[in-house]
Amino acid sequence: MAALEEEFTLSSVVLSAGPEGLLGVEQSDKTDQFLVTDSGRTVILYKVSDQKPLGSWSVKQGQIITCPAVCNFQTGEYVVVHDNKVLRIWNNEDVNLDKVFKATLSAEVYRILSVQGTEPLVLFKEGAVRGLEALLADPQQKIETVISDEEVIKWTKFFIVFRHPVLIFITEKHGNYFAYVQMFNSRILTKYTLLLGQEENSVTESFTASVDRKFISLMSLSSDGCIYETLIPIRPADPEKNQSLVKSLLLKAVVSGNARNGVALTALDQDHVAVLGSPLAASKECLSVWNIKFQTLQTSKELPQGTSGQLWYYGEHLFMLHGKSLTVIPYKCEVSSLAGALGKLKHSQDPGTHVVSHFVNWETPQGCGLGFQNSEQSRRILRRRKIEVSLQPEVPPSKQLLSTIMKDSEKHIEVEVRKFLALKQTPDFHTVIGDTVTGLLERCKAEPSFYPRNCLMQLIQTHVLSYSLCPDLMEIALKKKDVQLLQLCLQQFPDIPESVTCACLKIFLSIGDDSLQETDVSMESVFDYSNSVHDEKMEEQTEILQNGFNPEEDKCNNCDQELNKKPQDETKESTSCPVVQQRAALLNAILHSAYSETFLLPHLKDIPAQHITTYFSHNCLFMDFIMDWICLLLDANFTVVVMMPEAKRLLINLYKLVKSQISVYSELNKIEVSFRELQKLNQEKNNRGLYSIEVLELF
Amino acid sequence: MGEFKVHRVRFFNYVPSGIRCVAYNNQSNRLAVSRTDGTVEIYNLSANYFQEKFFPGHESRATEALCWAEGQRLFSAGLNGEIMEYDLQALNIKYAMDAFGGPIWSMAASPSGSQLLVGCEDGSVKLFQITPDKIQFERNFDRQKSRILSLSWHPSGTHIAAGSIDYISVFDVKSGSAVHKMIVDRQYMGVSKRKCIVWGVAFLSDGTVISVDSAGKVQFWDSATGTLVKSHLIANADVQSIAVADQEDSFVVGTAEGTVFHFQLVPVTSNSNEKQWVRTKPFQHHTHDVRTVAHSPTALISGGTDTHLVIRPLMEKVEVKNYDAALRKITFPHRCLISCSKKRQLLLFQFAHHLELWRLGSTVATGKNGDTLPLSKNADHLLHLKTKGPENIICSCISPCGSWIAYSTVSRFFLYRLNYEHDNISLKRVSKMPAFLRSALQILFSEDSTKLFVASNQGALHIVQLSGGSFKHLHAFQPQSGTVEAMCLLAVSPDGNWLAASGTSAGVHVYNVKQLKLHCTVPAYNFPVTAMAIAPNTNNLVIAHSDQQIFEYSIPDKQYTDWSRTVQKQGFHHLWLQRDTPITHISFHPKRPMHILLHDAYMFCIIDKSLPLPNDKTLLYNPFPPTNESDVVRRRTAHAFKISKIYKPLLFMDLLDERTLVAVERPLDDIIAQLPPPIKKKKFGT
Repeated sequence: MAALEEEFTLSSVVLSAGPEGLLGVEQSDKTDQFLVTDSGRTVILYKVSDQKPLGSWSVKQGQIITCPAVCNFQTGEYVVVHDNKVLRIWNNEDVNLDKVFKATLSAEVYRILSVQGTEPLVLFKEGAVRGLEALLADPQQKIETVISDEEVIKWTKFFIVFRHPVLIFITEKHGNYFAYVQMFNSRILTKYTLLLGQEENSVTESFTASVDRKFISLMSLSSDGCIYETLIPIRPADPEKNQSLVKSLLLKAVVSGNARNGVALTALDQDHVAVLGSPLAASKECLSVWNIKFQTLQTSKELPQGTSGQLWYYGEHLFMLHGKSLTVIPYKCEVSSLAGALGKLKHSQDPGTHVVSHFVNWETPQGCGLGFQNSEQSRRILRRRKIEVSLQPEVPPSKQLLSTIMKDSEKHIEVEVRKFLALKQTPDFHTVIGDTVTGLLERCKAEPSFYPRNCLMQLIQTHVLSYSLCPDLMEIALKKKDVQLLQLCLQQFPDIPESVTCACLKIFLSIGDDSLQETDVSMESVFDYSNSVHDEKMEEQTEILQNGFNPEEDKCNNCDQELNKKPQDETKESTSCPVVQQRAALLNAILHSAYSETFLLPHLKDIPAQHITTYFSHNCLFMDFIMDWICLLLDANFTVVVMMPEAKRLLINLYKLVKSQISVYSELNKIEVSFRELQKLNQEKNNRGLYSIEVLELF
Repeated sequence: MGEFKVHRVRFFNYVPSGIRCVAYNNQSNRLAVSRTDGTVEIYNLSANYFQEKFFPGHESRATEALCWAEGQRLFSAGLNGEIMEYDLQALNIKYAMDAFGGPIWSMAASPSGSQLLVGCEDGSVKLFQITPDKIQFERNFDRQKSRILSLSWHPSGTHIAAGSIDYISVFDVKSGSAVHKMIVDRQYMGVSKRKCIVWGVAFLSDGTVISVDSAGKVQFWDSATGTLVKSHLIANADVQSIAVADQEDSFVVGTAEGTVFHFQLVPVTSNSNEKQWVRTKPFQHHTHDVRTVAHSPTALISGGTDTHLVIRPLMEKVEVKNYDAALRKITFPHRCLISCSKKRQLLLFQFAHHLELWRLGSTVATGKNGDTLPLSKNADHLLHLKTKGPENIICSCISPCGSWIAYSTVSRFFLYRLNYEHDNISLKRVSKMPAFLRSALQILFSEDSTKLFVASNQGALHIVQLSGGSFKHLHAFQPQSGTVEAMCLLAVSPDGNWLAASGTSAGVHVYNVKQLKLHCTVPAYNFPVTAMAIAPNTNNLVIAHSDQQIFEYSIPDKQYTDWSRTVQKQGFHHLWLQRDTPITHISFHPKRPMHILLHDAYMFCIIDKSLPLPNDKTLLYNPFPPTNESDVVRRRTAHAFKISKIYKPLLFMDLLDERTLVAVERPLDDIIAQLPPPIKKKKFGT
């Protein structure tokens, strides 16, 4: 689980950060030390664990640093550029930047890029790239112009891919973005045009990139607050041709679209990104960590003093300017293991075995043909498919289905879906189901009269959908007050947010009895609730018992179990439901859905008071669930409920119940003593005194 | 098979002493257990957990610490301030040495086994060098303010941790000075207790010190910096003991609430190298304080005030699911504390410091199976014989005629002559016992009560002639040269011609009493003998071993009998072999030579040698009487083992005459009733 730890400030000294913030934070050759370049004249080397500076170097008055200092990992020296063209190289021993090695270049430097394991690269503003060594050999060499006029470099990053350096930089010209990928082993420069897709009018604010084997995954945070992903092939098919890349939506509205301050984005690992910005237009700035795989917010931290909209991430530290000081927030993403939590050693899984998972597997479509699984394209299929549409031949039945969805009548769609489902497990079954639902829902939104209910029901029952895959589905069902569909969703989706659960609850409570009678709600849970309780069997004792010659059985444990069982059996007999059975079934669906108290509580406050009483009166069918819910609901609405005349009786009943429970427990404690006496008496009866003569016959 | 009148005796008011210390020896797979009365018992975990040796207790010798050192040498120390070493061959105390530090609370052998460390009442930690035949004081460590209650060596032997009251000290062994002093929080559930007693410490090789204390905490300390690293509050009462596995990947602690907690070092996440101590399993096998715990490679061992020794196997460490994988609860000694005079229907009960003589009652009524018959005469308590001196009784015996009682402590042997005149009984001690009869491990009278056989702890067997009120030493069988092994079990043939004696490890020797010479030695067997007896007429020696095997050896023929060979060929029923208590007594039916009567703590069995042996498919134990089935069926399903489990826990069972049995039971509830009340825990929440 990704987590942000307690932040700490790196420098109490106010850095001369301009309105633009810092120039940069870069790694040095020691793991714990970082070079911070402010936007004025100073470079400071910090040791993060000690929270103190180890060294500080400034250029002369009148000069200005134009490119953040980096470390040359091969020599351990630091490199910085001031006044666009003057390159300085020094090391820890040097005191005065004025006296260190100096080289004046013939063109303006955009940035020096340095990563571990290779020499630093110098990227010029005109798009040309040179190795540092080659450049120093002849500082005045002519630097060619790569990018066109008025094209400006916006962002750059340097990777090592299969031990070969790869440089990517993004340029902008008149609102159009271009990506250049420079391979250094082949000296190939490929240019891509980044197509914006539908969001024509948004401006890209921040970039980050991560790399896996074949693609650079370029993520960008747009001014509309969404994160988009563009996959850039590392090895271009045809370097000569100018190619276009489509970006796809990765995360929606992670920051407010019209933020006043800058926003920033950085990839933490394959699944996590950190976003700096205001989540809502009015709110304060936040650092949030999102899981892009599950599209969930993992953690966030408020930064009330504002930031410069800059974010750096190295190792396990996130650096940002919070107010006027440089702040470090350690970030950790531990692979959580149940074993760790429970204190049991998890047997490492045999890589060969396929684990049958109850949940939807997002990476590999379940039940696919083998050949398909092996192909690289099965990864991230949902997103990449769209990008490389031209490369991948269309699977006929699904294509047909998708086209049907867009135009045909509900009935026809239903037939087609049924046909497709009958075909069953085609390799891209999951994808098609996903696309179908998305298509259907899009059409639903577009045409208010269009509501292919049966179709949706069928699709939900394929077990491959989840809430996060099609959040619109429940939204539409809520709008249509389709309780049956909602019930189905509650039963099938493992990941319904508490707000939606709560919205369902509201509908279930508010819908009239007459309309409920007409609906075809699954009544299974109403009759079966006792079974579900019994399913949660106590963990069976696996211990080998002593042999039959042993005198002592664990009597007490047995009593405990029996005690646990009995009340449940009794409740079964005395059930008469105070609400309509259909409503009871729906409420049961809510009760059985997963929730977390903290998230649920705020939403519960929105439930109207009379509905709360309805919910209360649907009570005590199964203690455990109900008790939790009743407590939560009461907590959320106590002041209101307490004032309601009609709730008075219920509250009194509840009070009586709790009181009686408490007295039952205290009586049980008393009874226990009496029982022990009884047991003693019983034993005395059994042990026939200290001496007897008996008859024994052995057979 | 037979109908018996059974004298069901429950007035043997025996209460085992609480367990104070356990010490596990990995090398020999043996467990030493000391009890609050000073008794030390040795259990052989490889031999089906058989209690193969014991050292009798002593009133002034409360053992507070027990440890193995130098391989298999056993030391104990106690509140009398003495360190003792036990002779495991001769079964006596080799020497006792005063440490001159007041009562000793703790003791630990160095990892190399060559040094011994004791923690004393006066706050001193004393280092002793173990020499081949003694121990030698070396030096004192820096004296602390209060008593040293627990000690632990760092596995490298360079440092030690010592638990005291309110603090833990870490000493440098070389200099003997305290390097760190770690103060233990007195807070207990928010309330400040007067004192926090560090009951146990364990020093791990990475420098971590684990402490357990009276505030219910298990705490981890960094000995390099002297800082508290982690604290687990595990009990509302004292945590009294700790033991760490040799691999240092798991440890066990015992609390005053009777709970034993298992802690294991597990990875934080499934693949990481970072590990942390996690409380994994709680076990509640005790009702009272768990005073001591031990950690064998495959099991957690615990003992305490409730007198049970509990051996809980770690299922993940047990490879084969045999009966080693079962929980063991050992409550009663694996030897006989009761002897019986058949002629006068008397029972002699042996307690730690006294003997009781009871006369059984009688009835004239008859009944059918299961009936309790009305008593015409109740049982009588005839005699209460208290020992002189602080030593526990080792063994005792009443002669079959009922007119002699003999018992022995470590230093004295007592023989009494009893005279019965109507209801009056008079007792006269036979004085002037010879010096060689100083201490006996086992005493036995011949069937006609004219001879007394005494196994002394020097390995010799003495034969004494009894006549009238006097006695005469007839002969002593000296142990074979070079061996000092003590004989623990004796059996004499009813005709008085043969005497069998068994030690703890070597085979059974059979002596000819008439010719006063060694007749033969039964081939040695891997498992110790738990009981033996010689059958009348045939003079077959029946031997039961701790692995539940039974052999029948013909003394005249000097070979195993055919029946014994058949049994060995076919093997015993698997349920028979899986019993977890040893057979402690064997007897024979005077009129039915084919019957062998034997019992363990939970069953009584008559083996009818004329019937076929049960195989694994047959039902071994069938408590139900046959219904009106035809004789054919009955005969077909009948097998040699006739078992009754009515009487349990069964401490003694013998045949008084052809139709009468006596069974002595000791119900556990009666023992519990005599223990101090346990810490009460609420069962129901409020």
